[in-house]
Amino acid sequence: MTSTHSIAQFLAMGGYAVYVWPCYVLTALVVGLNLAAARRLLRQAQLEARRRIETRKSTASS
Amino acid sequence: MAWVWFHKFGSPPHFYRLATRLTPWFGWPALLLGVAGLIGGLWLAPPDYQQGDGFRIIYVHAPAAWLSLMVYTVMALSAAVGLIWRMNVAHAVAASCAPIGASFTALALVTGMLWGRPMWGTYWEWDPRLTSELLLLFLYLGYMGLRNAIDDTARADRASAVLAIVGVVNVPIIHYSVIWWNSLHQAPSVMKFGQPTMPAAMLVPLLLMLAAFTLFFVALLLTRARGEVLRRERNARWIDEAVAGARS
Repeated sequence: MTSTHSIAQFLAMGGYAVYVWPCYVLTALVVGLNLAAARRLLRQAQLEARRRIETRKSTASS
Repeated sequence: MAWVWFHKFGSPPHFYRLATRLTPWFGWPALLLGVAGLIGGLWLAPPDYQQGDGFRIIYVHAPAAWLSLMVYTVMALSAAVGLIWRMNVAHAVAASCAPIGASFTALALVTGMLWGRPMWGTYWEWDPRLTSELLLLFLYLGYMGLRNAIDDTARADRASAVLAIVGVVNVPIIHYSVIWWNSLHQAPSVMKFGQPTMPAAMLVPLLLMLAAFTLFFVALLLTRARGEVLRRERNARWIDEAVAGARS
């Protein structure tokens, strides 16, 4: 890309904008959702584990 | 030595600690390589002499397609290890692969359709490469459905492992489909012997994106597998230590 290229030209993707940009948006979506889902899965497992430990401790002390 | 490592890896507390420590070493490089690959692919690489700027879809399509095959292979291998050595951690890893693999297979299919429309004049053709890749998506979904349908984790592990292992025959079929049969899909331009058929300015961003996607997958897999191991080991004592105060 040369310095004379404008942003509009870049976004136009040589006429392929309607095919190129949806691909990149969908990729961002898949990457983002995967990241969120993996972290949520781990958080929930940790939360449950902590809750179980708490119950075990409270039943042991009473 | 190898045996010691193998058994240590199979021990859930050791796996959990190792995965916790390793995740950032895959996640952050994935981000850096991904940004570099995007700049290289969208700005620096010259337009293709036949496909113009439309070829830039390759920078997300090829890595997604590569992951679809790589993740399945990892899933089948760990399922086999879990089945043969009755290793719970390996089953947890296999189960963690499926949703990641399914999402990237769907992405490879959709980005392929969006590339096929302007270049081939059609979104879809019942072509060997496209059909076998669609079958891969169904294998992932079947694997996940089977696991969901069986409540007992040990039984779900064994049944889904058999499905994963049988389905692995589809992986070489997908890879070689463009060579074995007449296909609309272009032949591989990176993973082949001899010189790649791409100039460096196009090839380097593609290699960066392939590396970024692969590292990102490992980071995702380690995170998911940690959650899966915690869930499976619910009553083990080591968990007290592993989750005590830890925020990540």
